[in-house]
Amino acid sequence: MHTTNLDLSLTEITKIEGTATLDLKIREGTVTECNFGITEMKRFFTTAISGKPILAVPQLVARICGTCSNAHLLCSIKSIENGLGLIPSPQTMLLRKLLNFGLIIRDHGLHLYVFVLPDLFNRDSILAFDENNPVEHELLHDCFNVKEVGNKLGIITGGRSVHAPFATLGGFIKIPTKEELQALIPELKTIRPRVLHLIDVFWKCQFKQDINVKFLALTDKNYSFLDGVVKTSDGETVSQEQFGERLKRRIIPYSQATGYFFGEALHMVGALARINLNQESLHPKTKQAAEKALAVFPSQNIYHNNLAQAIEMLHAVDSSIDLINEYQAEPEKPQALRHPGGGQNGLPRGGENTTGIGLIEAPRGTLFHKMEITSDGKIKQGKIIVPTGQNQIGIEHAIREYVTNNIDQPKEILSHEIEKLIRAYDPCMSCATHFLKVRWK
Amino acid sequence: MKKLRVGWFTFTCCEDSTILLTELFNRHWQEWLKEIEFVHAKVLQSHNEMRDMDVAFVEGAIASYEQAAKLKQIRALSQKLVAIGACACISLPSSQRNTFDAAAKSEIAPFLLQFHQNEKVQTLSEIVTVDDTVQGCPMNEQAFLNVLNKYLKEFEIKSP
Repeated sequence: MHTTNLDLSLTEITKIEGTATLDLKIREGTVTECNFGITEMKRFFTTAISGKPILAVPQLVARICGTCSNAHLLCSIKSIENGLGLIPSPQTMLLRKLLNFGLIIRDHGLHLYVFVLPDLFNRDSILAFDENNPVEHELLHDCFNVKEVGNKLGIITGGRSVHAPFATLGGFIKIPTKEELQALIPELKTIRPRVLHLIDVFWKCQFKQDINVKFLALTDKNYSFLDGVVKTSDGETVSQEQFGERLKRRIIPYSQATGYFFGEALHMVGALARINLNQESLHPKTKQAAEKALAVFPSQNIYHNNLAQAIEMLHAVDSSIDLINEYQAEPEKPQALRHPGGGQNGLPRGGENTTGIGLIEAPRGTLFHKMEITSDGKIKQGKIIVPTGQNQIGIEHAIREYVTNNIDQPKEILSHEIEKLIRAYDPCMSCATHFLKVRWK
Repeated sequence: MKKLRVGWFTFTCCEDSTILLTELFNRHWQEWLKEIEFVHAKVLQSHNEMRDMDVAFVEGAIASYEQAAKLKQIRALSQKLVAIGACACISLPSSQRNTFDAAAKSEIAPFLLQFHQNEKVQTLSEIVTVDDTVQGCPMNEQAFLNVLNKYLKEFEIKSP
């Protein structure tokens, strides 16, 4: 019989986006308390957007999160455009995909190189990698070279890689020249082998913990992150409209963020879910180059979320090269906004309120925005459900399971392994604490 | 070789300036590794210390008594304190709840109570002395580089 008693409090989990804590209590060899709390202060964005003109809302909700900013921007635009019945032009969609691929390269790059790689090499930080060690030297340089190309892709298409100012309802207020984007192709080709190397590093990584959850992801035939239907790992297909209805809130008293179940099921969203459910839709060159790594999927090992992210970075590189080659830079202004009730430019004449849903795959998983738009072009109320909110309960379950199976490990090892496990989910605490529950009427 | 002892801290915000910092590393990491010692930077490293700093860069607004107490501790430990980004400088958008109407304020009141948030979200300068500001949402990159270079010279890490 175990006799272990332990109290463990991780007050500032490092190398994640935002602030989270863990309180763990073990009594006589049993985990009696395992509270994973997100302690970012609530900022009440869904209350703040009420009454705001629709044109202002995408840029405001982008401020929910610094790193997922452009995902919120694109999802908000999609929800409002869907509400208005606005269909973006093919060129606008191409630029939005490029903006998002820039985010995938930059954001997955930050997570894998800066947050996770130090765990693989027993270093405190990527900045502590040894320049005299050839492997560490190479990864240290790759880190900044790869991230920078994603950063540039965001800047050229969106005006900035964080809170991109050019993306708006109906299109882009400024579009890049063909030459500006073409100049990125050699850089994308340069980082491609480096991303392949990163895939290899995570393919060889032996970290393992299986999670028993339902995987969910928005899937389409181009692995676009921006469209499709939700698929689940038990074979169900869920429409974008149904998705929000199926998520069930769970109040977590010690966390500033709300947790979710999908129906009654514990679920997981993110790169692991996407690759598990839709790897056949990856870019053909990605599938060919990453064949060995892709054979690992479907996987229940949460640490394969890191490998899945690395593969998605390669897909973003390969897809971006194609999209840039397609891009013609046709002069184009954002489309005028027309409310189904009548008028233009967000100032419609009378009519009923309309509701729009936006669903996209943000870097960390499925992101849901639902906006009710008044007939005078303002938001009546909004609902936003973020990936980390959906994964929060699963993270706590995984920690509890890990500790239960490693109950005799010393406190230092438990702390380190728990932080590693949390990082594998790539949680984003800023996103998770933006809102107040909406009583949807 | 002497390095500038820097802390990077985040309070209530979206951490957009932290993300920009990690992107600025793409172009500056080799020089910064020689010039800067990160005493505290939770986004970059696991081992962080609350000890004397030459410069503390602080992102985010202050939303609770605990955050205000930590900010005062940072102020006491740092020779210079720089407010980074809109939330730290003008408290928005994190302070948008300060101007909610009565109905919205009443709706959020239980959450403020439950998580010990203050009635109003504040800028850094409402609580401590701020030596410099880098405005913007996210911070203006060039303005940040200018402030950093100013202190690299002032603390004699770089020659003037």
